[in-house]
Amino acid sequence: MLERLFAEHRLQLEVDVDMSLLDERPVDETPVPEPQDQEPIEEQVPFRPRALVRSERVEILLSAAAGVTGSGVMCLLFDWTHALTFAIWALLIFLVSVYLLARDSQSPIVATDRLITTLVWTSGGIAVAVLAWMLGYVVVKGIAGLNYEYLTSDMSKVGPLDDGGGVFHAIVGTLEQMLIASVLSIPIAILTAVYLHEIRGRLAGIVRFVIDAMSGLPSIVAGLFIYTVWVLQGQGPSGLAAGLALAILMIPTVTRTAEEMLKTIDDGLRESALALGAPQWRSVMQVVLPTARSGLITASILGVARAVGETAPVLLTAFGSSSINWSPFNGPQADLPLYIYQLLRQPNPAQIARAWSGALVLVLLVLILFVLARVIGERGARVRGGSR
Amino acid sequence: MALTSPELQALEEQVPRDIARTVTRGDRIFRTLCASAAAVSLFIIGGTALFLAIKALPALQKAGLLSFFTTSVWNPTVGDFGVLGLLIGTIIIATVSLIVAVPLAIGLALFINEYSPARIRRVLTSSVDLLAAMPSIIFGMWGFFALQAPLVGVASWLNLHLSAIPFFRLSEPDAPLLRSSFIVGTVVALMIVPIITSVSRDVMAQCPRSQCEAALALGGSRWGMIKEVLLPFGKAGITGAVLLGFGRALGETIAVALIIAFTIEANPYVLEQGGGSIASLIAIKFPEAQDLEISALIAAGLALFGMTLLVNLGARAIVRRTQIAA
Repeated sequence: MLERLFAEHRLQLEVDVDMSLLDERPVDETPVPEPQDQEPIEEQVPFRPRALVRSERVEILLSAAAGVTGSGVMCLLFDWTHALTFAIWALLIFLVSVYLLARDSQSPIVATDRLITTLVWTSGGIAVAVLAWMLGYVVVKGIAGLNYEYLTSDMSKVGPLDDGGGVFHAIVGTLEQMLIASVLSIPIAILTAVYLHEIRGRLAGIVRFVIDAMSGLPSIVAGLFIYTVWVLQGQGPSGLAAGLALAILMIPTVTRTAEEMLKTIDDGLRESALALGAPQWRSVMQVVLPTARSGLITASILGVARAVGETAPVLLTAFGSSSINWSPFNGPQADLPLYIYQLLRQPNPAQIARAWSGALVLVLLVLILFVLARVIGERGARVRGGSR
Repeated sequence: MALTSPELQALEEQVPRDIARTVTRGDRIFRTLCASAAAVSLFIIGGTALFLAIKALPALQKAGLLSFFTTSVWNPTVGDFGVLGLLIGTIIIATVSLIVAVPLAIGLALFINEYSPARIRRVLTSSVDLLAAMPSIIFGMWGFFALQAPLVGVASWLNLHLSAIPFFRLSEPDAPLLRSSFIVGTVVALMIVPIITSVSRDVMAQCPRSQCEAALALGGSRWGMIKEVLLPFGKAGITGAVLLGFGRALGETIAVALIIAFTIEANPYVLEQGGGSIASLIAIKFPEAQDLEISALIAAGLALFGMTLLVNLGARAIVRRTQIAA
């Protein structure tokens, strides 16, 4: 313990020293290279189509300015009011002027390259923007209705137009169904991954094929399957049925990720265990799986995060309910996505406001699972990296 | 960088040692346990096909197998069912979503693999993963309430200026544009972007770095390198990724059911209100369905199952082949 602290501390010191060196360097050295860069004759500078020099930065800034003003003028002229219209036209004008300026000052090849670069950056921007817009929208719409009463009451005594009511029954349903689905699917998925990667038995080819098929299975088909073999066979709708359907959706996700994790385990560990005389099952259970533990936890959490947002299979197997049902084994049960879906199908503002608050709860749940998977996964990678 | 060093490369190509093992009884039990866990998946897929087929039989017999796939009616009281229109609708929505998603996803994959500075790359991979983890109901709500207004603007613009293309025509000049296949397709597109991105990223990362560097060293621009080296190398794998996205789009349920103005007949006017898909049919009709209608819904689910199974397995086969070749 002490040693580790000491080591960390020393590392910190070294970094500090490095930083101070870095801080001093620019003061001494920056004035020197600049004249060298500008002085040499242009033939000696190699042609580097990817590098951006100052004049090109100016070109890009000019294009951006052209896009913003051009689009602004168009919006004023034609009375467009939506921000997205402005953004689309600004982007189009920006792209065209980036292309034309580069073509004018350099060559069509450079111009195409720069155009594509801009487009690729734009697609990155769009992905982040969509995510931010969606999260922001859910927060803005849902935060108003989110309070203690909402989280702790159900919808059994609330008429569609009344105030009050809440999400408690749906949260209970979600937790119970996720627990059932996890208990059923995670052991199966991890053992399947062990079969695929450690045992490599005769069925491995077929099983991999089937896992592929399952990972593309539409969630509603999984719901229909459980409906026909469970709900229709006299068992009736229940949280357990929903858990079964969700387990089907979790198995391929968890198996895939777990297999990837097993691939990262050093073969030397397996060999050492076998060399010590351990049979294969002990080498797997006591060496391989414990080493991969954090990776397997990450895989499981990712599976849960996928299943927790599924609406369609729960609609077909648990049917939903407006009052709390503690027992997952009999009677219809609600869960978060289904609660949102059923509220959204009633066209009145009070119900839709409740749906938004439910959506916020669901998004928070997914975010927590996601961050948890990230943190555990990264810690595991560090531990594994350090032990080599 | 590490790969270029010859010793390291030799090390990586080393075949793992083969160990002679004695199989104990514990091993045998353990192997049987794992094999039976693996067999569960086999039973699930087999069982799905079998039980859906059994339960679909009454409706298929009543409506006739041929007319189930060649007509567009939904009349539970008479027992007359046909899903041709919905099959077409499913494919329309999935195609629209591919048209929107593919450029975005490939741009994203290129950005993450080739263009982005390290710090932005981390933010971006997290965002794409988070986008993949977002529940489809959230996409549906957001699409319905936030995205419809701007997309209707885009749709009317497309119709106004590009109506020479049949794709962008309307049945009558002032037809309603809300809740159309176009809007649904765009929302579904955002949902399938993560899968296309991550699979094509994996494929592109397999491209030998030395070839890419050689292209740059010959004076190629970055786009030249991508066009001449990276994309030809990854062509098959990216096709597989796109097919995987197509399979996801076919099976998307809740976002479609929330947004679309559901119709049984196919609506060839993509920008116009109305449309449908098999999955949304099941979600919308199921809560009020009775005996024979449920059987018909199961038959529709079976058709969807078959369709996605074919697309997915084809896609996986393509992706896997490129990975083995690399």
